Amino acid sequence: MYIASARETGLEARPDGAGRRVAGNVFALGAVSLVTDVSSEMVTAVLPLYLVLQLGFSPLQFGILDGLYSGVTAFVRIAGGTLADRWQRRKLVAGLGYGISAVAKLGLLGVTGSATSMGLVLAADRTGKGLRTAPRDALISLSSDPGTLGRAFGVHRAMDTVGAFLGPLVAFLLLWAVTGGYQAVFFVSFCVATLGVVLLVLFVRDHREPVDRRSSVSPRAAFGLLRDRGFRRICGWAALFGLATVGDAFVYLLLQDRLSIEPAYFAVLPLGTAGIYLLLAVPLGRVADRIGRWKVFVAGHLALLAAYTLLLGAADGLWLVVASLTAHGLFYACTDGVLMAAAGPLLPAGLRTSGLAVLQTGQALAKLASSVLFGAAWTLWGMRPALYLAAGALAVVVVAALIVRPLRAERGAV
Amino acid sequence: MRFGVKVWTALGATVLLGGAATIYTLDAMAGNPTRARPDVTVAVDHSGPPDLLEPGRLLFRTTAPGPDHGKVASVALADPGGPRRISQLACDRFHTEAGTGVCLATAPGLMPSAVALRVDERLRETERVEVAGIPSRAKLSAGGRMATWTTFVTGDSYTQGTGFSTRTAILDRRDGAYLSNIEGIPLTVDGRPYQAEDVNVWGAGFTADGSRFYATVSTAGRTHLLEGDYDAWTARTLAENAECPSLSPDGRRLAIKKRVSDDAARPWREYVLDLETLRETPLAETRSVDDQVVWLDEHTVAYELPRDGGSDIWAVPADGSGAPRLLVPWGSSPSVTSRGP
Repeated sequence: MYIASARETGLEARPDGAGRRVAGNVFALGAVSLVTDVSSEMVTAVLPLYLVLQLGFSPLQFGILDGLYSGVTAFVRIAGGTLADRWQRRKLVAGLGYGISAVAKLGLLGVTGSATSMGLVLAADRTGKGLRTAPRDALISLSSDPGTLGRAFGVHRAMDTVGAFLGPLVAFLLLWAVTGGYQAVFFVSFCVATLGVVLLVLFVRDHREPVDRRSSVSPRAAFGLLRDRGFRRICGWAALFGLATVGDAFVYLLLQDRLSIEPAYFAVLPLGTAGIYLLLAVPLGRVADRIGRWKVFVAGHLALLAAYTLLLGAADGLWLVVASLTAHGLFYACTDGVLMAAAGPLLPAGLRTSGLAVLQTGQALAKLASSVLFGAAWTLWGMRPALYLAAGALAVVVVAALIVRPLRAERGAV
Repeated sequence: MRFGVKVWTALGATVLLGGAATIYTLDAMAGNPTRARPDVTVAVDHSGPPDLLEPGRLLFRTTAPGPDHGKVASVALADPGGPRRISQLACDRFHTEAGTGVCLATAPGLMPSAVALRVDERLRETERVEVAGIPSRAKLSAGGRMATWTTFVTGDSYTQGTGFSTRTAILDRRDGAYLSNIEGIPLTVDGRPYQAEDVNVWGAGFTADGSRFYATVSTAGRTHLLEGDYDAWTARTLAENAECPSLSPDGRRLAIKKRVSDDAARPWREYVLDLETLRETPLAETRSVDDQVVWLDEHTVAYELPRDGGSDIWAVPADGSGAPRLLVPWGSSPSVTSRGP
């Protein structure tokens, strides 16, 4: 079983006392993510405005561009994971990803009005993001004691979210100071992204594992990991949960629809989720280490189910906003890093990047499908029936997971 | 590399990159029009502030560089290139009708938000509405009863999808009714009842009696010209690919912009649509007009076109004849007071 082999292939087993600390490499990766997220969220916050107001793109053109390149990342991710494992150069591949995205920010400065060149720049940015995610998570996983993975991912995700908080703030501050200052936003974003790359180069240590034969690392081998029962189950269930998860945008739209929230506050809603996530990522990571990551992962979906129930009418007014955003943030804190922490130890160290890439891709595709389906249901039957459907589906999956307990062995193994 | 060296290298890189970012930003800030030296070629009339009751005046937003950038100004319609009277009211969009005005302005602050003001004939605020998003369009109905405006609203990082939408609001002065977002109006597209989550409405304008309005609706990747019945609160689409309608003074024609090219740099062309026959006439302006135009009179429409550092106001005959002419250099958001006796 991979659980056994993962231990043998040198997850540095430390005495319990030392293992309680989060590895320096995780903090380094967290700092890189924080800085990089400031940069990328700056652009994310202003790009729609820039494209539509400055360049005269129609919202549809922008929607197509956006959707197209979200799809691109799914496949780049597998390729990046395989390359990182094959060369055993996770830092290099992650750095390549960070670097490409940084250069893409500079590319934004040069784009003026052509949909094709804007498409290329966005594709480069997304490719960079796709490349870096799996090697980064693999490095976190390989640098940490298997017993405290939940906490390690919690620390990383909390730092990452700080960046996501700051990015839009910096961007709008700049736009406020510089009339029509999109170029300034892009340039500052490029500087910040470059700093992220510098931090990565200086402070992140690579983690190399001896691999039997290089040829044994390939996309095929990556998917071959699914032959392992434990990993296959985690991927299958993660995808199943992903299918029953409504996209974040819909949650905020529902909230706004229920409460006729003053438009000025609409942009603040996602910050509520992010704030709770930020506060709870580390504590829940620790809980996950103690009582079992899969349990916490499932509990996170219970929180999401609670959020849907609240949205369906279980609460109203300010109470609805606070409770549903808390539940939504709790869902993220219980699932985002925790899933990677649960999956990491199931994968052989030499193929960890590939495995995490397969898991992330499956989950991402499932969420994409659910967004499309939920959007269609909303259009066909209206908001409430669509949400009933989503809540019902989620309830079924949660109950099934509680009955089947697909990863019963996980607690003992990790 | 020793850890200490790494830390110093990182600090050095931070200073270097931070410096580059600061220099770039300061340089860009110096380019802010309000900080630029006033353009001396723009003549200013210091005899008094603009007055919305004075007939024969063209109201607009001055875009000339200098401290007055963005403020509402007026010139004589008979001499639009002449000296301008400048008010202290700064707006992104301004429109006047019947001695009143509506001003849609960016509100200072970190989140993109705006404020819509109704103003009296001396441009003094009489009503204020806080609005989310970035100002795009604002219009009053003839007679001044109905005000509508549109802002762009964007979500942030956790919002997926396009992360972009429009909000169009209606403020009815007669009974004080305020609708902050009209996209929920029961809608008929191509004759069939229609419901979708991606409906966006922008660029509305009312008939003189306030009973009907015209606007743009986009959904499922198409844009339509929308005709709304305010009293019955229903709307239907009249034509495809027509945006930012502007109703002629006689109420029988709409000036619209159509998307005529995939070239994102210049996609628009201005048309006039006859409401009875739905026949479209392309106007003589062949440059890409991204504006909700106004009718100066039954025969002429005016609109803004960008220029380096600002915009100019142009006019063109509404029947497709003639040629565009420059009306007001350094201006945007034109509208006219009554023609007078």
